[in-house]
Amino acid sequence: MMRLLKRSYMSLIMLFLYAPIVLLIVFSFNAGRSRGLWGGFSLHWYAELLRDQQILTALRNTLVIGLSAAAISTVIGGLGAIGLYQLRRKGLRQAMLSLANLPMLNSEIVTGVSLLMLYAAMRMELGFVTLLLSHVAFCIPYVVLSVLPKLRQLDPHLAEAAQDLGATPFKAFCRVILPDIMPGVFSGFLLAFTLSIDDFVISLFTTGPGVTNLSITIFSMARRGISPKLNALSAVIFVVVLTLLIIINLPNFKQQNKKTRKEIPI
Amino acid sequence: MRSRGLLLPFGLWLVIFILIPLGLVVYYGVTVEAPVPYTQIELADGTVAYQLEDGTVSQWPPHQTQASFSLDNFRRLADEMYLRLLWRSLYIAFVTTVICLLLGYPISMILTSKGFKHRNLLLMLIILPMWMNFLLRTYAWMSLLEKTGLINQLLMALGRERPIIFLGEGAVILGMVYNFLPFMVLPLYSVMEKIDHSQLDAAADLGANPRKAFWRITLPFSLPGVLEGITMVFVPSVTAFVISQLLGSGKVPLVGDIIHQQFTRANDWHFGAAMSLLVMVIVLAFMYAINRADPEEKGQKEVRIW
Amino acid sequence: MQDHLIVLQDLRMVFGDGYEALKGVNLYIDQNEFLTLLGPSGCGKTTTLRIVGGFEKPTSGDVLYRGKSIVNLPPYRRNINTVFQRYALFPHMNVAQNISFGPDMRKEDRQKTARRVLEMLELVNLSGFEKRSVKTLSGGQQQRVAIARALINKPDVLLLDEPLGALDLKLRKEMQGELKRIQVESGITFLYVTHDQEEALTMSDTVVVMRGGEIQQIGTPQDIYNEPKNAFVADFIGESNIYAGTMVKDKRAIFLGCEFNCVDKGFGQNVPIDVVLRPEDVKLKPAEAGIDGAPQGTVLSTLFKGVHYEMRVLVGEDVVLVHSTHAREPGAEVLVTVAPSDIHIMHKSDYVRENDEEEEGLM
Repeated sequence: MMRLLKRSYMSLIMLFLYAPIVLLIVFSFNAGRSRGLWGGFSLHWYAELLRDQQILTALRNTLVIGLSAAAISTVIGGLGAIGLYQLRRKGLRQAMLSLANLPMLNSEIVTGVSLLMLYAAMRMELGFVTLLLSHVAFCIPYVVLSVLPKLRQLDPHLAEAAQDLGATPFKAFCRVILPDIMPGVFSGFLLAFTLSIDDFVISLFTTGPGVTNLSITIFSMARRGISPKLNALSAVIFVVVLTLLIIINLPNFKQQNKKTRKEIPI
Repeated sequence: MRSRGLLLPFGLWLVIFILIPLGLVVYYGVTVEAPVPYTQIELADGTVAYQLEDGTVSQWPPHQTQASFSLDNFRRLADEMYLRLLWRSLYIAFVTTVICLLLGYPISMILTSKGFKHRNLLLMLIILPMWMNFLLRTYAWMSLLEKTGLINQLLMALGRERPIIFLGEGAVILGMVYNFLPFMVLPLYSVMEKIDHSQLDAAADLGANPRKAFWRITLPFSLPGVLEGITMVFVPSVTAFVISQLLGSGKVPLVGDIIHQQFTRANDWHFGAAMSLLVMVIVLAFMYAINRADPEEKGQKEVRIW
Repeated sequence: MQDHLIVLQDLRMVFGDGYEALKGVNLYIDQNEFLTLLGPSGCGKTTTLRIVGGFEKPTSGDVLYRGKSIVNLPPYRRNINTVFQRYALFPHMNVAQNISFGPDMRKEDRQKTARRVLEMLELVNLSGFEKRSVKTLSGGQQQRVAIARALINKPDVLLLDEPLGALDLKLRKEMQGELKRIQVESGITFLYVTHDQEEALTMSDTVVVMRGGEIQQIGTPQDIYNEPKNAFVADFIGESNIYAGTMVKDKRAIFLGCEFNCVDKGFGQNVPIDVVLRPEDVKLKPAEAGIDGAPQGTVLSTLFKGVHYEMRVLVGEDVVLVHSTHAREPGAEVLVTVAPSDIHIMHKSDYVRENDEEEEGLM
């Protein structure tokens, strides 16, 4: 009885979560323009998608900004995390960390507004550069957040030990510290990349005329009403995300399966 | 050994991209734009001229404006229209949070219940939509609920004459729940996962029926997760602004929409800044209150090295 | 000066928060010496070690190495190696990679290094472990790797920062012997930091007792144990009885309400002093023995400690701790006697016993 209840509840939740997405994808293959009536199977809208210069440019912008913002914020945030970790004065360190975490706590819209004001005060023309700068800016705290815990797990004397054995500070960093915090740096990069390609609010405030990313393009298309092209785009993005997630999680899943297999005999 | 240089870019970023922008928001919030003050004077030859306060004289009335300190922006916020707007934003965020909690708590309980199969798969399925752009998720609902959307087409095919207007407050809440539900499930799940099932066995052994065991053990234990989930849903809900545009068909503007308007159509940055400050204060106060309510968080702070 | 390996001159250390870790430390370390800095946490022993290693720069003062100042030399330019408290092994490298880190940094010949690694592993009794990941080693094994990693560089001085602190008691005893053996075999000067007096006394040639950033006493373990310079050293080094007293004149002191013969002189007349009695030096006699001038007391408690009995005797308001192989019944009236040479007279110090030492330190 209880099991049935659990199952039906979870099924309903899954229906709620996936019905809209599935229907969205199904109708991306609709031959007709009408979104309610099935006009036969067709890849027409996918072809349209590939021909849409605006979307393709937005996609390119999204990827270029995502990769560069992730790279730059990983460097700044990673070095910053190490600097913070080494900082002796607890008060200063705490103050810097709290300040750095502010954009994460604060709502995106306030971050967007404040950055817009910054660019206006600096007389910077809104566009690709301001968009990139903003993405770097809001990604940094997430990088710090994923690198710091790795540093805290380190033996505090590791760098000293390397120097004790004749390594210069730079060598000590490259040979000893970096390899140990690499998983944190890598996940920080990934996190920054996903946040950047997913961002809409801050981009909307800090981009200028003519420069859009995927989110902004989707927004302006959605505001104009339903378009099967957008359905096709959703389907593509969904499949890409799904594939990426499966690839990333594959090792985890294997491990978990092993674990459950071990548990079964007991 | 310790190189300060590492902190330099980070420190610059702190100052340029956090401190200064924040200062600018405050500055804009407490100033208004007004024409430069001037006086009309008559020159020796009898022509009229205009003199600025610094003494410069020009033939035409000055067109520049200058920012001057004023709390007018905040006085404007106290207007009934804006208060109602704020109230609606808080109300919608509140309802969204409650629904997410009511839906998410059982989900997490089922996922972490003893002997539940496919736990990892289902958890991933719940998180998966989060990785899709939220605009697309919102668009998916829009294409279902629109006047000419799928549901209405279906209803009309079944014989209904006029489409039902779904878009509005209800649809906005639905869209928010749909978008933010994973934010509620994740923290709940990660806390409940740590509940030691032998504790529940012990409670049963000591005579607690399942309901009592829930109230005395599961619920108190999961409280930190509940609080974190509430924060993670409430904060983005209060300031969400695109969902209301797409699913509210413009009938339910929220604080976020109005802020956005100040920087686009209305072009009144000062008022927009004041409103942003208000939102920021609400959000930070809310988080502070939640933090205070979390007993575990307080304990952690005492032992935290950082 | 020239003959000492390392000389510390008036080292002072004030940390950023105003905490004064060292208040003028003067010390020299000789070639082949096993010198131990001993004291409670917060006494400045680790700070001193870190200054010698080059990880801290003193606020003032100098460190001379073979007569030359090295105070501005970074750690990687000093021929001094360190065994860290929690070993600080590089977790992503295996045992051999850890040990060869130093030679690799100096770009020494790989084959030669590989041979040296095997030698080192043999020296620390870890032959066959070279391919193991350091994460899979036990505490004692990690400790040995840390020592091998330092010794392969043939340092002139090896610094050891409470290296046995993380080990359990049995392993600690074993490693004490091992460390001493390695020091003797390698002929390297050891500068050792610990808060464990027993460790200090068993291994060292010289013990330096520190407290509150100042050196209290420097001497051989025997000196430190038998002739503590003040009440703090006496108390820290072992269980002891410390009483306030008065030096009446040379070789005559009053404490526990009685006048005693002793061997110390040169304190002056009627000078307040501290008197230290080791528990094993105190002899109890039955009250009936009738010894003139010996204080009389009542046995409060008797505990069997394996090798000896530990008794507490109330004399007036003071309690005397006595170790003896001969038990007395609690409640028995006894006379307390001490041989004149076992009475240690010290200048009065500001040290107050009981647990006044803060356990919080810079650790």
